[in-house]
Amino acid sequence: MNKFESEIKTGNFVTSECIDCNKIVWPPSDYCDNCFMEVNWRRVSPNGKLIEWSKKNNSIFCIAEFENTIRVIGKLDSKNVIPKPGQLLKFISCSLKDQY
Amino acid sequence: MKKVAVVGYGNTKFTKDELPIESLLLESTKQVFDTTKNLSQDLIDGVIVSTNDNSKYLGAILSELSGIKPKISHTVEHLCSSGSSAVISGFSYIASGLADTVLVTGADKIDNPGQILEWDKSRGEYNHPIYWASMFTKAHKRQFSTTDEELAIVSAKNHKQALDNPNAYSHKPYTISEIMNSKNVTDDLRILDCSYSCSGSSSILLTSEENARKFTDEPIWISGIGQKTNSASFTKNQLTKLSSTIVAANAAYKMAEIIPQEIDTAEIHDAFSVCELMAVEDLGLTEKNTGASYVRNLFNTEDRKINPRGGLIGAGHPLGATGISQIVEITQQLQNKAKKRQISNAKKGLVHNMSAAATSSTVIVLES
Repeated sequence: MNKFESEIKTGNFVTSECIDCNKIVWPPSDYCDNCFMEVNWRRVSPNGKLIEWSKKNNSIFCIAEFENTIRVIGKLDSKNVIPKPGQLLKFISCSLKDQY
Repeated sequence: MKKVAVVGYGNTKFTKDELPIESLLLESTKQVFDTTKNLSQDLIDGVIVSTNDNSKYLGAILSELSGIKPKISHTVEHLCSSGSSAVISGFSYIASGLADTVLVTGADKIDNPGQILEWDKSRGEYNHPIYWASMFTKAHKRQFSTTDEELAIVSAKNHKQALDNPNAYSHKPYTISEIMNSKNVTDDLRILDCSYSCSGSSSILLTSEENARKFTDEPIWISGIGQKTNSASFTKNQLTKLSSTIVAANAAYKMAEIIPQEIDTAEIHDAFSVCELMAVEDLGLTEKNTGASYVRNLFNTEDRKINPRGGLIGAGHPLGATGISQIVEITQQLQNKAKKRQISNAKKGLVHNMSAAATSSTVIVLES
């Protein structure tokens, strides 16, 4: 299990970030994809925006963007309001299914 | 750079059967030997296998099963575009002079592991292709006011065209209404707007210009190749255009010294209905935002120009075989041997094969 997965497993949504050029390295990696320096791991800001969404079996899934860079697909709790791309959203929780 | 021709081919029926990958690979390879004149094992100096199967050393295994002792043998894996990527490897060996004649065989089993990219953690638990396809479809509907009917026309057309493809997985026609009312996979995706993973195998024989007419009177030339990889993770993608396809297509047209309007027929990567609407635009076969009306017109006039064998939706999608099967179809079209599927007077054809929601694309131009 890598650092990203171990953090996700404990509920921390983290990203890798270059220690030298400060670039957010996403999807997570052990080295910067710009300068190949090492990365730090830090929590992602919970404030994001909605890029797109759809629905399966009454459960909404969406692409959310955080820090203008980090895009993930996740479950959206829209509180019975029809979602709109561009709207603000907040990260609530994450987990990792046990594969190991 | 040497010219490279397609001079032989083989294609199994695409099925739900759970056959060993080695048997599948051998089946379409046997057809190449059965149907190509003057071909003997000692004339093949490259054997390339394309597959997503987890079995190892398949290039060497297929060589041994076929009695070939090639200089070069290996496997190529690139998810859904493994087949076209393997063909480009074979092309490159011949063009560079490293090999003279290369067999390229692709196969996958119905339960192949190539549908899920485990590495892409940005997809979270939504790692099946239906989720990116739903995002593409929703975004396309939003930006271009695309309707469920326009999406269903793609599927109706390709299922109909597959009726005349004896190797197709599907031999059942569907009405637009049946497709629109088929099971919801998600709110934006019907089951009949999806291609099916299945078992199947396809092969082509490539050779250099000096050898081509030894094997066939009708060599089909690979005149243009373009490839582009933007990423592996889906979430970096733009949702309403296939940007890797645009780059790959422009490179292929430039190499072939043609413009898109010269293409007589094309096999394009309709993994889901929305992909065909996007691809016909991004390959330059029609203007942006006219994909739906372009495909509707093809359907209404029974013009088979796009996906004459039925595409992935009609023919099925055995991942490692798909790109090669597309090339087999265009080769048959340009040789005027496509029987009921034949496009009149086809001289230039195109293959579009992509992977993982168009994070990468391959475009190949073929000419008679």
